[in-house]
Amino acid sequence: MTTATARTARSGHSAPKPSRNAKARERALAWARRAPLLPALIFLIIVTQLPFVVTLIISFLNWNSLRPDETGFAGFENYIHVLTDPDMRQAIIVTIVETVAVVLTSLLLGLGLALLLDKKFIGRGLARTLLIAPFLIVPVAAALIWKHAILNPVYGLINGTLTWIWSLFGSDTPPQPDLLSTAPLMAIIISLVWQWTPFMMLILLAGLQSRPMDTVEAAQMDGATPWAIFRHLTLPHLRQYLELGGLLGAIYIVQNFDATFVITSGGLGTANLPYAIYQTFYYANEYGLASAAGVVVVIGTIIVATFALRTVFSLFKKEAAR
Amino acid sequence: MSTLTPAAPQGTPPGPTALNSGRTPRRRGKSRMDPTRNNTAAGIAAWLLALLFAVPVLWMILTSFHSEVDAATNPPSVAAGLNLDAYKEFFGATSGVSPWPSLINSATASIFSTILVLALAIPAAYALSIRPVKKWTDVLFFFLSTKMMPVVAAVLPLYLFAKTAGALDNIWFLGLMYTSMNLPIAVWMMRSFLDEVPVEMLEASQIDGAGLLLTLRKVVAPVAMPGIAATALICFIFSWNELLLARVLTGVMAGTAPVFLTGFVSSQGLFLAKVCAAAVVISLPVLFAGFAAQDKLVQGLSLGAVK
Repeated sequence: MTTATARTARSGHSAPKPSRNAKARERALAWARRAPLLPALIFLIIVTQLPFVVTLIISFLNWNSLRPDETGFAGFENYIHVLTDPDMRQAIIVTIVETVAVVLTSLLLGLGLALLLDKKFIGRGLARTLLIAPFLIVPVAAALIWKHAILNPVYGLINGTLTWIWSLFGSDTPPQPDLLSTAPLMAIIISLVWQWTPFMMLILLAGLQSRPMDTVEAAQMDGATPWAIFRHLTLPHLRQYLELGGLLGAIYIVQNFDATFVITSGGLGTANLPYAIYQTFYYANEYGLASAAGVVVVIGTIIVATFALRTVFSLFKKEAAR
Repeated sequence: MSTLTPAAPQGTPPGPTALNSGRTPRRRGKSRMDPTRNNTAAGIAAWLLALLFAVPVLWMILTSFHSEVDAATNPPSVAAGLNLDAYKEFFGATSGVSPWPSLINSATASIFSTILVLALAIPAAYALSIRPVKKWTDVLFFFLSTKMMPVVAAVLPLYLFAKTAGALDNIWFLGLMYTSMNLPIAVWMMRSFLDEVPVEMLEASQIDGAGLLLTLRKVVAPVAMPGIAATALICFIFSWNELLLARVLTGVMAGTAPVFLTGFVSSQGLFLAKVCAAAVVISLPVLFAGFAAQDKLVQGLSLGAVK
């Protein structure tokens, strides 16, 4: 790759040739510029765009691999099924609730932590490192730990700690909540919030540290309260970073599979769309239906992604104008 | 404490008196605008929250060194004796099932895909930053838009293709999938890192007649190297963590560490210490990679939008 680029790029600096070759040379130069880009572009189109086109086609087919004789054109039947089937509708709702809850909670917690870490205090670096740790645990491992070591109703850390605290006051009837069976979706949300808060904190902290301090100092001189400074200076500056963190987080959390797979295996009404699609094609072998659900996810994601792209773009332009 | 001592009256022995007299100048200095006092409160709050967030990680590490009996008690046996039994169990002491094949599979897929990502992303980023093509922003946003398509919407055709092509349960095919998963992010990260190469330096080296390879080695590489390293580490982390594709596309032979981990919980007997040990071992490469990339982590994760 590099040698090809080197040759063509260097030829661009060679002595000017007769003018009838000028147009061809210009075209060659343009291709020389494009050349390094093409392998990545072509690879990505083949591996991501092509399969989606196939998904789109399969979504209009009646195709269950266990009943190959019945394969045929299905029109919008799969889509109607996805939008009317109670399980699929539940999966759509779970996906929305899960994504919104995780993104908003981890953004708020991340904002609080970022505001604290923005101040100088003893051991700030170590505290920051500790706070990043949850993001650096393999998601499957994190989900296993939350399920078995923290939330388990019999010997999990939370109920164990409750027993210990109650025993300090001489009580042997501590509350022993069982989140995994009474509120399983909440259990998934909590473990995801725990993993994603560090991500939000890092982005918001970088936002805080890029804040122009002279205006803040001027406002302090004028006797502005900390709340007024936060409300009228910090928050407007952070808006873009909040949007960026929220939208990038949403893109990842919409696709959450690991936590659902490990904590509930999609049971008790906690299956989100990725998990429901996985079940539909992997276990039920309903290829057409799974593809239609996949297309629905993509449409939903496009709606979110349009906002995401706009935010990234505005930050990007700001950065470029620098 | 040492700052208080000078304020204490001469000859007073250290003790409650010294503390009391020391408190007066401190209170006088207290005002709403005093930054040090604010910072102490913020520091305590930050530390408490940091510890709270770290508890599951610390508890996982502590439990992994407990015996199975001590791991599953209510209330928790914090001070129980430590041993390495859970780690021996994880590495197959009694079951005879070794995690090494899955760990090696994960390492193969992650490292192979990371190298391929770099080989594709560095030239692409070069054509989007240092010698940009026309409409380079459009290309950049096309890359990003492919990342926004959920994996689950493409996984069935990939599975069907792998099945017909005989690439099911093949670790190299999984590596190719991870390459496509990470390539858009890598192009974005890399572009933002290459953008940091000063234009003046590029022009100067051109005027001095340095060839492309020399310019890349002497001008671009020194500035972009930390960024390239961070990009590689982040791509490695995402590949190492991945579960859905690994679960669908691999089986007995090419199963990765996360797949191994999901099948690790036995329904009978005590297993908590063993699970914690497994979680620690499998998370270690990610923790190392993450902390190694810590300085560039934000810029990388925000696709270069935040510095």
